Amino acid sequence: MFIDQLFNGLSVGSILLLIAIGLAITFGLMGVINMAHGELMMVGAYTTYVIQQLFAQYAPQSAGMYFVIAVPSSFLIAALLGWGLEKSLIRHLYRRPLDSLLATWGVSLILQQTARLIFGAPNVAVVPPSWLDGGIRLFGAVFPYKRLFILCLVLVIVFFLYMYLTKTRAGRRIQAVTMNRPMAACLGIATPKVDAYSFAIGSGLAGVAGCALTLLGPIGPTIGTYYIVDAFMVVILGGVGKLAGTLLGAFGLGLISTFVEYSTSATIAKVIVFVLIIAFLQWKPSGLLSLRTRSLD
Amino acid sequence: MNKRWEYWLFFAALFLAPFYLTEFRLSLLGKFLCFAIVAVGISLIWGYTGILSLGHGVYFGLGAYCMAMYLKLEASRGHLPDFMEWSGVRELPWFWKPFAHPIVAIIAAIVLPTLLAALLSYLTFKNRIQGVYFSLLSQAVVVVFVTLFIGKQEWTGGTNGLTNFSTVFGFSLSSPLTQIVLYWLTAAVLALIFVMTRRLTTGRLGKVLIAIRDAENRVRFLGFNPTVYKVFVYSLSAAFAGVAGALFVLQVGLISPEMMGIIPSIEMVLWAAVGGRHSLMGAIIGAIVMNTAKSFLSENYPDLWLLFLGALFVVVVLFVPKGLAGIYESLAAVRIKGKRGHEREARVDVS
Repeated sequence: MFIDQLFNGLSVGSILLLIAIGLAITFGLMGVINMAHGELMMVGAYTTYVIQQLFAQYAPQSAGMYFVIAVPSSFLIAALLGWGLEKSLIRHLYRRPLDSLLATWGVSLILQQTARLIFGAPNVAVVPPSWLDGGIRLFGAVFPYKRLFILCLVLVIVFFLYMYLTKTRAGRRIQAVTMNRPMAACLGIATPKVDAYSFAIGSGLAGVAGCALTLLGPIGPTIGTYYIVDAFMVVILGGVGKLAGTLLGAFGLGLISTFVEYSTSATIAKVIVFVLIIAFLQWKPSGLLSLRTRSLD
Repeated sequence: MNKRWEYWLFFAALFLAPFYLTEFRLSLLGKFLCFAIVAVGISLIWGYTGILSLGHGVYFGLGAYCMAMYLKLEASRGHLPDFMEWSGVRELPWFWKPFAHPIVAIIAAIVLPTLLAALLSYLTFKNRIQGVYFSLLSQAVVVVFVTLFIGKQEWTGGTNGLTNFSTVFGFSLSSPLTQIVLYWLTAAVLALIFVMTRRLTTGRLGKVLIAIRDAENRVRFLGFNPTVYKVFVYSLSAAFAGVAGALFVLQVGLISPEMMGIIPSIEMVLWAAVGGRHSLMGAIIGAIVMNTAKSFLSENYPDLWLLFLGALFVVVVLFVPKGLAGIYESLAAVRIKGKRGHEREARVDVS
């Protein structure tokens, strides 16, 4: 039982991580809160749905392979949408977190309603590829392939993101702008460009998260709202500006909420986890790991 | 500029509303005035102090539930409330018992939201957790409470909430006279809260609040403790929301978790934003205008309402950050400027 819960916790944590990374990057970099992030995830989920439908219709013999196409395309479509959002709206809201929160909330309402108009209000189910059915039996516990797949997908993505942020020029530019924007600008980094493509990357990751979610259950227009609040809690717990903080925050929250839920009930678990978060913030108000800074405001 | 006569006019129009509105429209307006009370509280914390709360639905809901528990017990006449029987509860839970007394219920409707808000804001502001972090935590409170109220169906009525009330203090809730009295009560509470908040904000305390909004650390260096002020105004605005919730449930006769969820909570912020967050009267007008628009649009074009709401968020934040009050003020400023310009020209002519 313990191993089961441990695995479930890791699985929940891996999805939270995928959503929270984008939030943490954009908040650390630009000081904007993107409430529409959950809807970018929804866009990824619906992209997967559409691709699965297309495969089922035009290439039923290789229908199981749709997922291979779905992951990159949900990344691309969500990233494109995020890029457009940054260019049209977000860039006017830098360093105004409260305003950005409200404006992007408006965007999220619009996206939700659009999805409802296109795909209808009821949830739709994506048929998972058959090669992900079943699971491995280990230590008396069953590990479903789907959740294992998601866990591996997330680990691979995090690994590549880490390499990107630390080893490539473009990634280092993102880090430089996060740490000190005016200084980075003085050294010749085109900060608006950095903003736009890091926002696109964060959005794309949300899209992949949405794609992964289709493996776990039906999806609907409001799927984003279920996850967005928890994802923000991850950012608050983990601290802003460091990938490792988000990683710890996501798996910590995933594990704790799974174990609390297991030993009480889903309802009480929400209360207990929130109390734990507040208690944790008494000890570390700025999260687990955050960029050290001497500035006061 | 002295705008006092405008306020008198506004409140006079509100108090006289039962004489020129139909029963249906009056009941709508009564509901909107409850929302306006919440909006005043939001303007106080957001416009003046810079705290954006996404959790006011919870305080509103708590106030409403406290009042509803009393109404439910009175409607059940000594029996168990109907939904408890359906969920197989045999005995009234201990925390329901005090709510048989209306006075206890009214006090609880104010005290419980205030205490919750004080606890949350103290634990966060004390650690200098500010800005969006606080907003997001307050939103998490909403999720927690909605899950709790839906999950504990045997105590709260679940998703249906509490409804089917009959009387308050022995007066039938469905009689038009009771409704008019309740409307007047709501208008009076709104007027009282408006006057009180205006006193607060125009005085010394208001200056400190605005200073906290603009530069919290400087206020701290000047020897003030911003935490005390922030916890105070936040709790005060939660108390307003609680009162509003209690008045709401008396007039509408229903409270459910849906009405205190994430979307209603953020709509409350939008009322203040549309009306003008820096202006208390603006917030009141904003609440009334927005809800009128909502009841019109969501009845006639339910699909369009959410699109409209979303677009409004974007437009208000980007283009009209000062809301209706800001537009009104700039129009007034243009008028005054115009007059002065004429005077100057006239003088030139004379010389």
